[in-house]
Amino acid sequence: MINSKAFFLGLKSLRGARSPAIPLAACFIALGALLKDAGFNIQQSAASSFFTYALPGQLVMAESLLLGASIINIFLAVWLVNFRLYPMTVSLFPLLEHNSQPKWKYYLSCHFLAVTSWLIAKENYKEIDKKNRIDFWIGIGTGTWSTAIMMTIIGYLAADFLNKEMLIGLAIVNPIYFFCMMISAMKDLSVAISVIVGTTLGPVIYLFTEEWSLLFAGLIAGTVAFFVGEKNG
Amino acid sequence: MASSQIIIFAIIATSIATYISRLMGALTSEKVSVKSKIFKWFNCVAYSTLAALLGRMIIFPAGVLAESELIIRLIVFFTCIALFILSKKNLVLPTITSAILLSFLTKI
Repeated sequence: MINSKAFFLGLKSLRGARSPAIPLAACFIALGALLKDAGFNIQQSAASSFFTYALPGQLVMAESLLLGASIINIFLAVWLVNFRLYPMTVSLFPLLEHNSQPKWKYYLSCHFLAVTSWLIAKENYKEIDKKNRIDFWIGIGTGTWSTAIMMTIIGYLAADFLNKEMLIGLAIVNPIYFFCMMISAMKDLSVAISVIVGTTLGPVIYLFTEEWSLLFAGLIAGTVAFFVGEKNG
Repeated sequence: MASSQIIIFAIIATSIATYISRLMGALTSEKVSVKSKIFKWFNCVAYSTLAALLGRMIIFPAGVLAESELIIRLIVFFTCIALFILSKKNLVLPTITSAILLSFLTKI
């Protein structure tokens, strides 16, 4: 049903010099502490990472709750910040597609799609035989997802021992790690332009519209990069 | 402080709002060929949306990061990116440095 060799290769991506374990641990420990601060109990904190597993959305949820936002508002705010997962899935899953594989694997394992797992899969999918790529992906996902859940629990338990400066330090690790991974991915022109224009437009558009900034910045920067790439490619 | 019931509803709403984008992505993927132009476009949009999010996380962060100063975050950011490039793309070094440097600079 699942090719165990490919699965364990995916799981093993947690080890080694490019391992995402440290940055994942840092940011989910910070999240666990934040959720405790927001009034969550330990089961609720673990459930949040178990069922959502997308850090920016969880941050939005915690902040909105602290501000007393309604459930509808939380839903919309999270949907907008996590909408990036849609283009991310479409730019990964066709690479994992194989006729012999059942559809349920794709529908269930899309839950593992987050920035960390996506960047690892994009970097390594070529090394795996097409037929087994989805199992490789499930391996990566299982590893990163379970790390996130465990670290949320640890962060919750450690909250009282972490001072503010330490939490701030932990929170920066994630964006730094992602930026480094994206710089490694800037091998062709269109990706390089996507990254540079997107990084600039994100904060600029945020000044005009907080909620829609990611969607607009992503669409504009991505479309510009696509056309420049087409013209020069 | 939100009540327990509201927290549970918030977790459910957040999880559904997140899974919708993932499932839509998996369904769209069935119709997209790796060699098509639309796939390339989606790839560009994915990278730029992610870059936009990261740019925003550094300049206008949410959570505890918002309590540090922008100028300090920028110093840490550029130092760590430089470290990453100079260390021939070692990932452990810049990530660990970022945490220590930001904690230290925020404290003094």
